[in-house]
Amino acid sequence: MPGAIYAEGLVKTFGDVRALDGVDLDVPEGTVLGLLGPNGAGKTTAVRVLTTLLQPDSGRAVVAGIDVVKNPNEVRRNIGLSGQFAAVDEYLTGRENLRMVGQLYQQSARAAKARAVELLERFNLTDAADRTTKTYSGGMRRRLDLAAALVVSPPVMFMDEPTTGLDPRNRQQLWGIIEELVAGGTTLLLTTQYLEEADHLAHDICVIDHGQVIARGTADELKARTGGERVEVVVHERDQITPTRDVLAGFGKGEVMVAEHTRKLTVPVTGGAKLLAEIIRELDTRGVEIDDIGLRRPTLDDVFISLTGHAAEEARENGEGGGPASGERPDAPADPATAATAAPATDDTTTDPKESAK
Amino acid sequence: MSAVTEASPKALAPPPRGGVIQSIRDSLVIARRNLIRMTRIPEVVLFGIIQPVMFVILFTYVFGGSIRVGNSTSAEVYKNFLMAGIFAQTVTFATAGSAAGIADDMQKGLVDRFRSLPMARGAVLTGRTVADLVQTAITLVVLAIVALIVGWRPGFAEPTNIGKILGAFGLLLLLGYAFTWIGALIGLSVRTPEAATSGGIIWLFPVTFISNAFVDSSQMTPWLRHIADWNPFSATVQACRQLFGDPGLSQSGAWPMQQPVWATLIYSVLIIGIFRTLAVRKYRGAAG
Repeated sequence: MPGAIYAEGLVKTFGDVRALDGVDLDVPEGTVLGLLGPNGAGKTTAVRVLTTLLQPDSGRAVVAGIDVVKNPNEVRRNIGLSGQFAAVDEYLTGRENLRMVGQLYQQSARAAKARAVELLERFNLTDAADRTTKTYSGGMRRRLDLAAALVVSPPVMFMDEPTTGLDPRNRQQLWGIIEELVAGGTTLLLTTQYLEEADHLAHDICVIDHGQVIARGTADELKARTGGERVEVVVHERDQITPTRDVLAGFGKGEVMVAEHTRKLTVPVTGGAKLLAEIIRELDTRGVEIDDIGLRRPTLDDVFISLTGHAAEEARENGEGGGPASGERPDAPADPATAATAAPATDDTTTDPKESAK
Repeated sequence: MSAVTEASPKALAPPPRGGVIQSIRDSLVIARRNLIRMTRIPEVVLFGIIQPVMFVILFTYVFGGSIRVGNSTSAEVYKNFLMAGIFAQTVTFATAGSAAGIADDMQKGLVDRFRSLPMARGAVLTGRTVADLVQTAITLVVLAIVALIVGWRPGFAEPTNIGKILGAFGLLLLLGYAFTWIGALIGLSVRTPEAATSGGIIWLFPVTFISNAFVDSSQMTPWLRHIADWNPFSATVQACRQLFGDPGLSQSGAWPMQQPVWATLIYSVLIIGIFRTLAVRKYRGAAG
């Protein structure tokens, strides 16, 4: 049986650009699919097709068991959409916004009014309920937008980059809400550029680039596919690079990659923490002074780069060297914080796949 | 975050009623929203009133006495001739407001939200144009009062009555409503609200000036006069002059000048029919 969100061979072109080039999706009921991809990969186009905002050129999409092209209005009754921008009327109050959306979902005026009160309460907006949303902070506006998408408790939700531009605290808060929703049985398709977000929220991940699905699986599966563990060492002095390389070559299962300017050496390993301890002892014996050493599992950032050949955030724009080619890979995403430069600093409360041994 | 999660997510959205009833209801919800916005940004309404008031005063005192209407260059005659023209121009300028409002909704992602809801397709645009109609009516009332203050006297040239006067205002509102649909299409076609504002107004200058609104069109060169005589805008101005009993009726033999009330009705319905269809089609496919 197809899932709550099902797409088969979706194609959508804009002029010469194939925004969607045969996308297949299948999201089982009550699960979260994270749609990952760089800017312009086709994530938003996919959401727009699935939410009836765009007609696909070809292919089939079924949401909540209803064909998106054949019966769009029926689909609209069963979905909630929270887009990239908080789509609330800035000159209306929070309450007025929710009541309007409720009525447009064809609720009676009274039902819409009651539901608005409930949602304002649930999203901690009761105090601000009668202020125009112009006066809201970014986080409050995003919450209101999400509340608007939940007015009819739709069984299927779409969120297009729900946390873009939010500070870490607001992001955490929104994640909490999303987790609650999913616990309640809602099926969710979430697009994001923040790999840790997908890692944290999604059951399954679909990576798309140039309108095509280039990988799918759970976060762990994708990481496993990218490669195993690595040991990463930063030495204190440049002249210690050579002896360190010798040590790592002895313990490692592959080529030692060296980034001269950051004095960082990386080698694939098997053996985990025990091996790490041995390496530390050996380096110590040789008198190598270490600034940092850690056992690193691939992050979704690594998955992303190895799959798409470019970082999730446009590295070029941040002056991190023109689109990291495979050769530069070792020092590209040193850790999630530097990889996701445009992201509001990786907060320490998120699951960090890196096990550091300090 | 308080945890109140619905037990089992089943759509609470009642089945859409569909049809005309739903269209009207959804349009009213949107119109209400736009009217609430209006009360929150009263300066928009205010500027919408100040601009035509300024026109009334400038035209009356600057041009009055130097423009010939029929056989007269009297300032009194021009003043009474002018008002129908200013009223008509004012209602058409509401176009810019509709265009800008819809372009703004597109840019802010609100149109996407509306399009993802199970609501009547034309309601977002209809609601907008209805709200703009209310604004136009408010502007007209203020403008009529100012016109009376500076010396406009319905019945100046021909006898009239309250029914005819109200009929004239009705025609003005109809024309204004028709033009807001052109504004809706412009708003959906441009990328920014700024472009919509200027795009919504620029073309109105030739439309309102190549007409009988501010000068007696019989004095124009023949080809220009033909355009003026058949300009839908002129028909409304002529109809208003006829109903208000204002001086300076066009003596042209062109049909819209002979039957201005019918011409206004037909033109307005045609404009609504064409531009509503185009705008709603554009809205459905809107890629915001």
